Formats: sequence, C-alpha cells, structure tokens
Amino acid sequence: MRRGLTRRRFLQGSAGLVLAAATTPAGCRLFRRGEVPAALSPSVWLRVTPDEAVTVVVAKSEMGQGVTTSLPMLVAEELEADWARVRFEVAPADDRFNDPVWGTQATGGSTSIRHLYEPLRLAGAAAREMLRAAAAREWGVPVARCRARAGVVTEAGGGRRATYGELCRAAAELPVPDAPPLKPDGEFRLLGTEPDRLDLPVKVAGTAVYGMDVFVDGMVYAAVARPPAFGAHPGAFDEAAARRVPGVRHVQVLPGGRGIGVCADTPWAARRGVEALAPSWAGAADPSLDDAALERAFLAHLGRPGVTARDDGDAPGAVAAAERSLRARYLVPYLAHATMEPMNCTARVGPGGCEVWVPTQNQSGARRAAARASGLPLAKVRVHTTYLGGGFGRRFETDVVEEAVALAKGSGRPVKLLWSREDDFRHDFYRPACACDVAGALGPDGRMAAWHHRVAVPSIFARVFPDRVEGGVDPAAVEGLRNLPYEVPNVRVEYVRVETPVPVGFWRSVGSSHNAFAVESFVDEMARAAGQDPLAFRLAHLGGSRRARCVLETAAAAIQWWKGLRPGEGRGIAQHFSFGSYVALAVEVRVDRPRGRIRVLRACCAVDCGRVVHPDTVKAQMEGAVLFGLGAALKEEVHFGGGGVATSNFDDYEPLRMSEAPMVEVHLVESGEAPGGVGEPGVPPVAPAVANAVFDAVGVRLRRLPLSPANVARALSLS
Amino acid sequence: MLELEVNGRVHRVDVDPETPLLWVIREHLRLTGTKFGCGIGLCGCCTVHLDGRPERSCQVSAGEAAGRRIVTIEGLAPDHPVKAAWMEEQVPQCGYCQPGQMMQAAGLLAANPNPSEAEIVAAMDGNLCRCGTYPRILRAVRRAAAKGGER
Repeated sequence: MRRGLTRRRFLQGSAGLVLAAATTPAGCRLFRRGEVPAALSPSVWLRVTPDEAVTVVVAKSEMGQGVTTSLPMLVAEELEADWARVRFEVAPADDRFNDPVWGTQATGGSTSIRHLYEPLRLAGAAAREMLRAAAAREWGVPVARCRARAGVVTEAGGGRRATYGELCRAAAELPVPDAPPLKPDGEFRLLGTEPDRLDLPVKVAGTAVYGMDVFVDGMVYAAVARPPAFGAHPGAFDEAAARRVPGVRHVQVLPGGRGIGVCADTPWAARRGVEALAPSWAGAADPSLDDAALERAFLAHLGRPGVTARDDGDAPGAVAAAERSLRARYLVPYLAHATMEPMNCTARVGPGGCEVWVPTQNQSGARRAAARASGLPLAKVRVHTTYLGGGFGRRFETDVVEEAVALAKGSGRPVKLLWSREDDFRHDFYRPACACDVAGALGPDGRMAAWHHRVAVPSIFARVFPDRVEGGVDPAAVEGLRNLPYEVPNVRVEYVRVETPVPVGFWRSVGSSHNAFAVESFVDEMARAAGQDPLAFRLAHLGGSRRARCVLETAAAAIQWWKGLRPGEGRGIAQHFSFGSYVALAVEVRVDRPRGRIRVLRACCAVDCGRVVHPDTVKAQMEGAVLFGLGAALKEEVHFGGGGVATSNFDDYEPLRMSEAPMVEVHLVESGEAPGGVGEPGVPPVAPAVANAVFDAVGVRLRRLPLSPANVARALSLS
Repeated sequence: MLELEVNGRVHRVDVDPETPLLWVIREHLRLTGTKFGCGIGLCGCCTVHLDGRPERSCQVSAGEAAGRRIVTIEGLAPDHPVKAAWMEEQVPQCGYCQPGQMMQAAGLLAANPNPSEAEIVAAMDGNLCRCGTYPRILRAVRRAAAKGGER
C-alpha cells in the first residue's frame, strides 16, 4: 500500500501539464497546479506527462459502478487523448477533491457523472487548447491550424506533428483558457462507445486491493464482540480468557460501549479472543423488540397524524365522495446491504498523525471520524480509499473507521479491523421498513380522481442530514410520492415518522426502494378497478411526461406486452423516476401455486438516463439493479428478536442466487437530455413489476414484501 | 510448522493447524485474491482449488490442506479461458466475489468441459454476487467452455 506516495508525487510533480477545475458561483474555473486560490477546492485534476500518459484523478469511490472508466472518458473525449494512454488514479481524501455540488467528498445518490459531466470535460478541453497553443507557438503558426487528435497535434496544411508528451511541458507554461469550447453532442468520438473498463484487469487477475487486502507494517488484526441488542453496552467480560488465546495482545472497550475489541497477531486469534470474552450486556433500548413488535409499531403509526408533504385539491374529500374508491395497505421489511466485502478498516495512529485505509463512499466523513477517534486535528488525518467490495449506501457510514482508529490508538499498533459477516448483518444501518395506506378514487371517466397516500417510515435524514428535513418532512421518506408523476387532480401525501431503536441508512435507491412498490402497485390496482389495461392506464395518466411514457412503451414492446401467455404465467410492468433517470421494467413470471414460489422468466428494462457516457456500464448497472431489486422483492428481510437483529448470515438472509436470476434485457432510450444517475434508478420498479405480474398470473394482489413462498402462500390461501 | 503447496510453491507456515485455510492464504501468504465473505461456506468468495476441485477455503483447516495441491486465483494462468472470458464479457462490477466465481467456473470446466446451461447454473449457484453479474457470468462460462473446446 504505497499508493499514498504516488499520489503525493502526482500532486507535487513538476513534469508535464497539470490542471484542476473548481466550481465557483461564476461557473466552472480551471487552474494550473500551484495557482489555485486558497478559498477554492478544485475537484478535478488531470495530468499530461512526457511519457504520453494522460492521468485522471478519480475523486469518486469505485464500488462497481465504473467511475474509474467513465470519469476519465469525459476528460479524454475533450482532450482528444489516445484512450490507450489514459490512466486513472484514486484521489486521496482531501478538500481539493470535494464534489463540486456537495462541497464534500463522497460517492452516492447516483451523482458522479451528473456532478462531474461539465467540470471534467472543461478540464480536458482546456488541456487540449493549451497543447494546441503550445504547438502553434513552437511552429509559429496560428492555433487554428493546429489540430489535436488521438494524443497528437498536427499542422493543417503542413507536415509537422508533435505528441502530447512532447508538448506538455511547453503547454504548462501557457495561460489556462477561461472558457475552452466543448464539443457539440454529435461530435463525440469516445463518449457513447464501450472501451474495456480500466478497473477490470486487476479485478480479473485477483490483485485489486480492497480494504480487506491492506497490509501495514507491524499491524495487528482486530475483531469486536458486539451487543446482541440495540443500545446495550458491555457488563462483565473475561479479559483474562481472551488474553490466554495465543496471539492476543490487546483488549479494549470501544468508545460509547459499542463493543469490546480484541487485537491479535492473526484474524483467527482475534476472533477466538472475542469468543473467549463471554461478555454480559446491559441497557438494551427495548429488550422486547422483535418482528411482531415492530410491525405493531408501524401499523400504529399509520393511525397517527403526520405532516402533509403534498396537498393538491381535496384528496380525502374526493375519495369520500367518489362512487368508485379503493384502499390498500402495503408493507415492506427492513433490509440489509450485505456488501460482499464485510465492513473493515485499517488504521495507524502516531504522534505525527493518523492514517486510514478504508473502502469508503464518504471520504470527508471518514476523515472527520478518524480525527474524532484519534483526537488529532483534521489536518493530521490521511485517508486512502481502496476498491470497495460493494457499497449500496452502507459505506457512506463511518462507524468502522471510528472503531479501527480507536483500537489503533488504544493498542499502540496499526490495526486491521475485520467485521464478521454476523457483525455486518447485525450492525447495519438498515433500509427502513415502511407501511403505507393508500386510498384512491376513480372518476366517471375511468381516470384517477384522487390519491391519498399516508406513509409511516423511519427518517434517515434526521440522523444523517438533519438540515435537509424541512417542515418535519424527510425528503427520502416521500421520494416518489411528493413527486407522484401521474396526473391526478386531488393528491395528498402524509408522512408519519416512525422512531424505533433500529438504525436506518441509505440503501440503493433509498426512499424510492419502498415507495415505488406502493405507488406502482396501487396504480395497477386502480387500472384493474377501472377495467383498463395497466400499461394503457399508466400512459393515459402520464400526459406530461414524454420520457416516462417512452420507457414504459419501450419495456412493454420488448416483452411483447400484448402477446398471449400460458396458464399460471403473468406479465407486470412498473416505472419510476429517481436520481435523474426514468426506468421501466416489464417482467414475465410463473407462479407455482402450491409452493407459493414465483419464478421470474424474463425481465425487460428500459432506461432513459439522458446522455450516455459508456452504454455497457449503464447496461451492467441496470442488470445489477434489477437483480439486486429482485432479491429484495422475492427474498430479503431482516428479522429481529430479543431487542436486536436475529438475522446473522447468508443462511437466513439470502441474496438472489444465479438459479433465480433471469436474463435481463436492457434497452437504452436516448433522449439526449442531461445525464441522469444509473446506480440506483434500476431498483425501484422491480418489486411492483413482479407483484403486478403475479396478479396478472393468478389474480391475487400481493401487498407485503418479500414475495417469499410463505407470504405468497398466505396471500393465495386468503384469496 | 505446516507445509502448504500453493500455486506450485511450497510454503512453510507457522500457524495453528485449526486456522481456516482462507486466512493462511490471505494473511500469511498475502495472496489476497481469495476473499472472506461469510465464514460459513455459503457465499463462495473464498473458493480455491484443492487437488483440482473447487472448495470453500473458509471451511477447510490449514492442517487438512497440508499435502494437497492448492491453487488460488493468482495461480490461474493469466490466459486461462475463464479469465479471458471474464474480460471479454466485462463481468465484474465491484469485483469482490469474482475470484471465487472464476475459481468455481474453472473447476467446473476442468471436470466438465462442455456443460449445459443447467449444469453451469447448478455449479455456480453457491457463489453469491451482490452486484448481480449472474447473466454475464453465465455468458462468460459458456464462452470459456467454447474456447476450451477449441484447444
């Protein structure tokens, strides 16, 4: 792990052309190295060096979404670089690499391309103009005659040529253009193509360094005994027994009493040391907390007054007055992230500073956490981001950083802290469970006249971004509801905040992951009640949204919506807008009634994410999101008992397996609009599409997730 | 001291023989391509070959592995049809489970060079991928099988 040195060399190196871009109130501004005003934190760095390499610093975390390829592509396109010479380097945690929109360094919300689309292209364009200008000066010709292409500047009408490597030093002496021209959309050579991902050679070789794979001289391994119930802290424990395990060197209660850490020469000894502790625990927040108690709490909240997040017309009045009205209650469970790489962090604390290696989505938060836990000022904390073995929102949290730093400080040695899979399942920040009651009215014309939606769900933002909770409304809790896309004259959305001891956090597609299930199920129910085709009914209520209609029509055409089906099979469709993109999913299912088993036979996804940088990456994200969503739709549910989490490992929380995965067909709908996100928007339509298909197949409406054999069999037996 | 033959090299390691092979491979020998995922043999991230057959290295103790031929992802030739197919199909996303997936696939193809789709799915079903790369894995195994057949 000497990547830190390469980064320093990158930032201090004198050879070649180095550019930074910063977002200012006046727009994006570009700077040469060493000329950045202190008040600005430029987010993008690129370097053109005499060895002909173009290096792009990627300030976003690579967790599978392909940013280490797509972000360099944005630079290379405008720079007219030779793609074969383009490299990436992972940025250290530093304010200079803050996200230009957020002012903090983090990866989430499907924003990487959206936030960096312009700054990266401008940086590439500026470098291109400087290289052309350097050639023009060298040759004594007008810049207009110097053409840049594939890493070479050539003289139009003359025979001279010079490579970027030859020109970069001279270019570095020239002024940075204020507003370098960007290519018009039709002239892209690289954007829209599918070069091999730059991160895959090491991932296929098995040499990619994840957090788990970091080694620091003199380090010990740490494992932690954790409380079985939320809020509990350690009582008595057998430190001597742990110390008798060969290799154990250090035992320590973690700050806040969140657990007891054991440091040892090997991970195996640390784990055995934890087993020897045999601790007692005290002070559980609610020892009676279990699945049934939580469900009672959510249902009770549905009966309490909430805050109104949207109120058009008079939805309750319209429902009461309507000749045809419909009511439905939808329930979704808590979910775990279950990244394949369990939580881990390596930390070193000394008088000179604190150094942390961590697979994180939140570099700024990791730095603050390390500063807090080490007692050192922020300036003395260095954080290195490794590859992430999955993120899905879990790695936005920095709990593991605090623990590793506390143990490194306490033990006096560098520490590699590894969570067990059981730790990972039992101490997650869960996708909140959610209950909602929806009432709707149909007018005499067969159109939706009213939609009254009450959602009871815990608040993520109250803990993470309390400033963004406005008027008591958590924006995630009403995602997809407040912006209900269907044209309905009377809409009321009410939010009831549920508070339980279960910690909740961001999970791929956040509030849309539960709200889309209710919305897209209920609109299907309304269509059936109106005696209309669910696709046609949706299209009829999406008059104002051409892009939503287009993805629906594309997915429907792909699955041959109108074609006949065999008995026991059904088709369902759903659409959802989130994170700047429109996604529709149509599925075909077969229902095995006696066993309550649902098999998804086909999945056709249509996405309009605006301008596309790397189509195959978008397809991969959609394939992955559909299967991630399908696991949640069919199988996933965190169970609780005894005041804590009962779920422990992949035996009682199984993500989707290959035998359950359909082939996913992905269709890109090209709208040419501004880029949208692609990491998350594929998830929300999955569960409702499947539930709608089950209704189509067997005429039974499934309103509770997961659509597990037990839940399906229960619903079928009640029908 | 245990003698472990990994990727054709014999290593002498001073470990408790009860230590799962996984940790010896990763932390003692620093062959970190073999991943920890669950510790109970349910995710397949730690798959290596023992005497040519895919096994979960978290479920085999170092003592049991002594005297057997151990091959990890680092020992699978760079031009192995499975690795080549994984690149051609651009399979990995986060990539964490992929060494285990590739070792499982290579083991399947060594035993059954021309598997049916059902045989591929049956062989790969114990390897979890949270990023949802299953369709690409299936295509890559088919591609690797076709290429292996040509040779």
